[in-house]
Amino acid sequence: MTTTVTDVICPFCGTLCDDIAVVISDDGKQLLEVYNACVIGTEKFLHSQSKDRVVRPRLRQEDGTWKEISYDEAAEYTAQMLASAKKPLMYGWSSTNCEAQSVGHEIAEVCGACVDNTAAVCHGTTLIAVQDIGLPSCTLGEVKNRADRIIFWGCNPAHAHPRHMSRYSIFPRGFFTNKGQMTRKMVVIDPRTTDTAKMADIHLQIEQGKDYELLNAFRIALKGEWLPEVVAGIPSEKIREAADILKSGRFGIIFFGMGVTQSLGKNHNIDEAIALTKDLNDYTKFSIMPMRGHYNVTGSGEVMAWQFGYPYAVDLTRGFARYNPGDTSSIDLLARKEVDAVFVIGSDPGAHFPIRCVKEIAKVPSVCIDPHLTPTSGVSKLHVPVAFNGVETGGNCYRMDNVPIDCRKVVEPPEGMLTDEQFLMKVRDRLKQLKGEA
Amino acid sequence: MSEYIIKNGHVFDPVQGIKGDKKDIAVKDGKIVDRVGSSAKTIDAKGKTVMAGAVEIHAHIAGPKVNLGRIYRPEDKLFTNTRRKGLERTGGGNSIPTTFKTGYEYAKMGYTTAFEAAMPPLFARHVHEEIRDTPIIDEGAFPVFGNNWFVMDYLKNNEVENTAAYISWLLKATKGYAIKVVNPGGTEAWGWGLNCISTKDKVPYFDITPEEIVKGLIEANEYLGLPHSLHIHPNNLGNPGCYETTLDTLKLASGFKAKNRFGREQVMHLTHAQFHSYKGTTWADFESGAKEIIDYVNRNKNITIDTGNVTLDETTTMTADGPFEHHLTALNHLKWANCDVELETAAGVVPYVYSPNISVCAIQWAIGLELALMAKDAMRCYITTDHPNAGPFTRYPRVIKWLMSAKARGAMVESFKHKDKVLAATDIGSLDRELSLYEIAEMTRAGPAKALGLSAMCGGLKPGMDADIAIYNFNPEKPVADPEEIEKAFSRCAHVFKSGTEVVRNGEIVSNGNKRTLWVNAPVKENPQVLHDISEKFLKYYSISKANYEALGHHFVPNPYAVEVEVAE
Repeated sequence: MTTTVTDVICPFCGTLCDDIAVVISDDGKQLLEVYNACVIGTEKFLHSQSKDRVVRPRLRQEDGTWKEISYDEAAEYTAQMLASAKKPLMYGWSSTNCEAQSVGHEIAEVCGACVDNTAAVCHGTTLIAVQDIGLPSCTLGEVKNRADRIIFWGCNPAHAHPRHMSRYSIFPRGFFTNKGQMTRKMVVIDPRTTDTAKMADIHLQIEQGKDYELLNAFRIALKGEWLPEVVAGIPSEKIREAADILKSGRFGIIFFGMGVTQSLGKNHNIDEAIALTKDLNDYTKFSIMPMRGHYNVTGSGEVMAWQFGYPYAVDLTRGFARYNPGDTSSIDLLARKEVDAVFVIGSDPGAHFPIRCVKEIAKVPSVCIDPHLTPTSGVSKLHVPVAFNGVETGGNCYRMDNVPIDCRKVVEPPEGMLTDEQFLMKVRDRLKQLKGEA
Repeated sequence: MSEYIIKNGHVFDPVQGIKGDKKDIAVKDGKIVDRVGSSAKTIDAKGKTVMAGAVEIHAHIAGPKVNLGRIYRPEDKLFTNTRRKGLERTGGGNSIPTTFKTGYEYAKMGYTTAFEAAMPPLFARHVHEEIRDTPIIDEGAFPVFGNNWFVMDYLKNNEVENTAAYISWLLKATKGYAIKVVNPGGTEAWGWGLNCISTKDKVPYFDITPEEIVKGLIEANEYLGLPHSLHIHPNNLGNPGCYETTLDTLKLASGFKAKNRFGREQVMHLTHAQFHSYKGTTWADFESGAKEIIDYVNRNKNITIDTGNVTLDETTTMTADGPFEHHLTALNHLKWANCDVELETAAGVVPYVYSPNISVCAIQWAIGLELALMAKDAMRCYITTDHPNAGPFTRYPRVIKWLMSAKARGAMVESFKHKDKVLAATDIGSLDRELSLYEIAEMTRAGPAKALGLSAMCGGLKPGMDADIAIYNFNPEKPVADPEEIEKAFSRCAHVFKSGTEVVRNGEIVSNGNKRTLWVNAPVKENPQVLHDISEKFLKYYSISKANYEALGHHFVPNPYAVEVEVAE
């Protein structure tokens, strides 16, 4: 006999679907089937069951081979590395739970580290814009129940957040939107004809890198002022037509992604998008929401903010928190070769950072805490595999709209494996001894 | 646990009616006791003021909007960051300090219990995570009900029993403490960019008025017999002329009588009354309506208030009154954050600079003080700054100074750019009352504890109560030469005890105590209708499943203290 566990939370993307059902074996050790999740989510659950998983920490030897070591030895190595480093970088945090983040932050305080999360390469620019101009937003249930105008700007949920449209934004029948998709107008702004764009009522195929111009043109169109004939490759009549659609809705929302945050203009694009949202509130109700990637990148920002006061790029090397993106952010620290140890958890900078930064990780003492084999684990000196958060251990996570959802443990991890939090607690306790605090 | 005896201090305890007499306070096993053995540690409080630990009845110190403030205001941290030191974690922030700093600052000022004033139920886990990371002080949180779809649906049909059953369920699911109402109906209207300005405006679609929501919730509160009363932020906050809406709201309490076993006497707590006591028709003829409000409160014993004193600082406003924050950003053009919460509430955040050079701000400052100075019953009027809305809670010592010293107030008025305008628009110039330490103890300890239904536990120094004690370097027998001495003394305690553990010594943290999360468990007999409605709304309209709604487990509430309510049915 097998058991089916319902209301399971999917630890993949910021959509944080919480309606997953998984079938587990009688002994509670094996996860057999996954229902309701998207392909990526299903894969994430099933991947935890792969037979070739690394289940013990491995230390790289002089000849480049790996040697299996115990968790205690791994914690010792990590604590020693952090204790002797002058400016260690502790990066990642977005694919682990808030409990582990909390312990990690204490470690960072004790050793005086720079703490940063994956916003550094995603929505960090959004956070800077929010600090400039604010953020009128809402929860995803509001979108489901009220929204009749949906804009996807520089994002492709059909692939990156596969269930976003079915759970919250386009298809669901909410309280005031009981005809579902029929109630909503969908506008997509993307230089590519993505699968999301193909579904749109209006697809504005913007010239690449001209987001700021188009956002600005929208603000002008709202006010009925003069526009050039073509802005960002879009004829002005089309802009006016789209602006009228936004204005005429009862409740609208702009979802935006990497296409605007990491293209030319960066935080200034988001500034303008938020200003457009504010302007739209003079005519109707409008919100804006970043499409956060990792399932708990939002949580990392939250925990960092209530513990240190800033959502990412926190430098604790002087014993107190400093925040200056561009100076205290990971890529810049690595590019300037300022850090003398790198600690990575719940993220894969090896796959996403510029190569000169990855080379830097390979050069200095480094620890990678990750259940998977990744490019980062490949260049690190120590790889500590841990239990899959959200599958083999629970813990709190924050959805892209900041709603906290407590992940569930559905199966036991392979025998003797530690969770992120357990391993970090070992490191913390040893580090405190080394620093004379305990 | 250690025993202590606090000797020779001047004790101010409204619970026992002690007005500065020298009295020894004995502590054993976390409680105040009659006597302790000879091995007890002696604390010499000679020439010092001894009070119970203070109780914060209304502050925004944990949760999504507070953290949104932290995230979007890095400038609030400028020059405030502190190093990790001894038992203290690093901290920072002025109007929205980090959680650790929040706990330390409260404790150092002698506060040992605090309530987060607005918890969006959907975000209960977030609130509790922050509460867990706020050391030392006991904390609870008020979930918001005034724009909740269940509540509006039930009350539209006068279904008080169903409303009560839903409240009982939600308090348990969110580990909440009381019924908070913010801009009843208006915040739901904000879902469409609208508002309810008066108590008679219809809520769009729901076909109910703020008046009906408030009355229904008072009834449900007394039906359940909860320890705290309805805690309300009425409609029309912060607008010239709003005092009339406030009076309309206060009148809704008439005819209701408190029904509970916790010693609470009020049925309505009007919060941050300062923001609701404005006369005039525009910002140009803006004036104080404090007299009208406090006169009504003085006459009606079933109402309590807290002041919401403006402290004339740069701060961060945050409230579940979404439409108000949108209105505010249009006034001051500072950055606006908003978060509408499905089926429940909304929130907004806007920074604000209360400048003594702006007449409206100076008048607001005066109104907050007028309320406290004209209150006839200090047990029904409590000091708050609606942290951080009217000013940071770290300014309490300054507010106490203004209330205790007419000289300090006079100096402030003298310094105002628009002094004449302030004097003309308020009565602050003619109020020479100076509050006594006993009245301060009523307004910050015994009073709020009683209003919260915690009078058996905290707010006093009677044997049997929790040993929450604050000892100030302030000699009540010596005349106060300089009002600054008052502010200095109340800023940093000589000693603070939380549940019998010494947590502060000479203004420094010496223990992180054993913080508790207070919540109210008021079980009712199973109500199939309500359980069905809950399941259905989760299935159809919420974006998370019912099974993932409840704040459970050690991570969220590691050290719970449930106030048990027996509902008479």
